Amino acid sequence: MAAIDVELKNVVKEFTARNREGITRAVDNVSLQIHQGEFFALLGPSGCGKTTTLRMIAGFEDSTAGEILIRGKAVQHVPPFHRPVNTVFQDYALFPHMTVLKNVMFGLEMEGVPRREAEQRAREALQLVRLPNVEDRKPRQLSGGQQQRVALARALVKRPVVLLLDEPLGALDLKLRQALQYELKAMQKSLGITFIFVTHDQEEAMTMADRIAVMDQGKVLQVGTPDEIYESPNSKFVADFIGETNFVQAEVAGVSGEWVDVRLDENCIVKAVTGDQSVSVGQKVTLALRPEKINLFPVKGVVEYEEGSTETTEEYMRSLLKVPNMNLIRGRVRQAIYIGTDTRYIIRIPGDQDVVARVQNFGLRSDTFFDDGQEVNLYWNGENTRILLQ
Amino acid sequence: MADQAAFVSRQAARQPFEINQRQVQLDLWVRRIGKIGLLLNPVFAYFFLWAPIIVLIVFSFNAGRSVSTWEGFSTQWYQNIFSNTIAGGTEAARFTTENMLGAVRNSVIVGVGSTLLSTIIGTMVALSLVRGRFPGKKIIDSLLYLPVVIPEITQAISLAIFFKVVFDFVKLQTGLNPTTGFGTIIIGHVAFSISYVAIVVRARLADMNPRLEEAARDLGANEWRTFWRITFPLILPGVIAGALLAFTLSLDDFVITFFTSGIGTSTLPLFVYGMLKTRVPPEINAISTLMLVASTVLVAISLGLQGRNAARR
Ligand SMILES: Nc1ncnc2c1ncn2[C@@H]1O[C@H](COP(=O)(O)OP(=O)(O)OP(=O)(O)O)[C@@H](O)[C@H]1O
Ligand SMILES: [Mg+2]
Repeated sequence: MAAIDVELKNVVKEFTARNREGITRAVDNVSLQIHQGEFFALLGPSGCGKTTTLRMIAGFEDSTAGEILIRGKAVQHVPPFHRPVNTVFQDYALFPHMTVLKNVMFGLEMEGVPRREAEQRAREALQLVRLPNVEDRKPRQLSGGQQQRVALARALVKRPVVLLLDEPLGALDLKLRQALQYELKAMQKSLGITFIFVTHDQEEAMTMADRIAVMDQGKVLQVGTPDEIYESPNSKFVADFIGETNFVQAEVAGVSGEWVDVRLDENCIVKAVTGDQSVSVGQKVTLALRPEKINLFPVKGVVEYEEGSTETTEEYMRSLLKVPNMNLIRGRVRQAIYIGTDTRYIIRIPGDQDVVARVQNFGLRSDTFFDDGQEVNLYWNGENTRILLQ
Repeated sequence: MADQAAFVSRQAARQPFEINQRQVQLDLWVRRIGKIGLLLNPVFAYFFLWAPIIVLIVFSFNAGRSVSTWEGFSTQWYQNIFSNTIAGGTEAARFTTENMLGAVRNSVIVGVGSTLLSTIIGTMVALSLVRGRFPGKKIIDSLLYLPVVIPEITQAISLAIFFKVVFDFVKLQTGLNPTTGFGTIIIGHVAFSISYVAIVVRARLADMNPRLEEAARDLGANEWRTFWRITFPLILPGVIAGALLAFTLSLDDFVITFFTSGIGTSTLPLFVYGMLKTRVPPEINAISTLMLVASTVLVAISLGLQGRNAARR
């Protein structure tokens, strides 16, 4: 395992409100280990404490309690200008009275790098972010995307141990944002600098990060790779925040190791996995099930399960039931919503609950479409049903 | 569901569309009157503002002594004030160009001194009000407007009493005998200019993104270098605007100067007032016009700099 660049140990940050309303706990007992060369994302909704966490690492805020270590050294009370980290601000914070080149050179000048060398290195940094030819412009003469690149060059030219980025793409339009996501990721890989990236956009975090910490109300709920977070969320909040999830209420009917039988109503039992939580028979639980994991086929007629191969629905059902841990239930379509690439079906399942199923539109719409009110069969693998206790 | 049905049926039953011509005509008339009123309003306002000043400027070029009848164009009053002569009257004996220029010099000494002091102090006040965090900041912040709000005569009298108390105390303790003069005038002017400077600089600072200072520190600049490389250049237009405002206020001030000046430290406004004792000699118009021009230029530069602040944002 790679060395640890940044470590947070039980870090707490409290703000005292001016209106005497009391204390806001912006960061609540956060512990993180960020590895060398890692692209680490802090993900969470607005106000969850992402920026505050980042500002404590940068040195703009002192923590109320806990410890922050950069390359193993405690940095409590060390001012920002003595920390080997640099920040790309959300609004870029380019110096408006300096040219682009002067902006990028600023950090080197502060280090006492001779002018000639500073200029040379600043030019290289601008080259790196693919922004030559604007050296003599003032920041306000640049587009948002260009300003973003200057901010990046200004921070990278310092060759920091860790680069902190606070929603650096937040102000850009969707197309540009996506292009820059790939570019930023590629740049991070080739430079090998540790990136800590703050965002409230789960897709952005999934696209770029090696690991993600999901935050809510100052707490880190889960840390993991994008697929760990997506496939095995440890809480309702994480499951809901990352992508779309159905939450189904059920009761535990039987437990055998990791596998659990859960009851939706008297005559409908499905299989689910517990993760590492322990449950007991009779316990009420919430199941999380992703809409795209659910497959649909008609109650009567034929199923085309492969290009050109068809089976009757009875045959198809029988072959499905041979697959271990396969869940197969019957439901009724309440509403079908066609959205181009997919169709979303809102389906009433046993236990009088609705789930959303998302079916990709392979063929023409008319071929595979289920109408409102139509009965359908739903199936999915039991390993995709996760039991959530919190 | 039932509500929806009721809404739909009510929609279907709505009245046919008709225009009430009388009402429309009436509204149109109201609008016309309003428009004329809006047009006339600034005309009146500007008339009151500018008419006396224009009269003053015009009659400073009058060939006759009268300030009510125009007798042709002349620059004789301007020539007079620069050539030691002043037309007749008791003032004539006392007036010399040298005296007047002495008063101008006094005004400049007081102006420069009080501007330097009030700009430095006012800028520091603005910095601590915007960036600092201390208890009672809200109260101190609103106290900043006090000199703008309280009557100048009140401030003048309080300063005069204050100096008297301090001087008596000093005399009692040390036996020295301090008197009013440049020192007291400058202190008096600084006392009211600080507020104006602080208000102008604070507006500039409040506009400034605090992330810029953080970015500088992040890039390796300590507080000292951050101030001189980032904060100061960015608030400089505001500081200059505040300084010009302070200088203009100092040049124009009469009341506070009157109560705090001593022998031989009369500023130009006091000098002009001294000439007015019995009647208004036409030379006054010429001096006043020159003062007006100087003040206007300074204020215009100050406003221009403040305007550039806003445009830069
Ligand atoms: N200087 C401050 N004084 C008082 N409260 C603050 C301060 N800074 C942040 N907070 C509070 O701390 C909490 C976390 O704020 P923070 O800016 O870290 O959130 P965030 O996750 O970055 O949100 P966003 O996505 O909106 O930027 C919020 O409730 C906020 O109101
Ligand atoms: Mg934030």
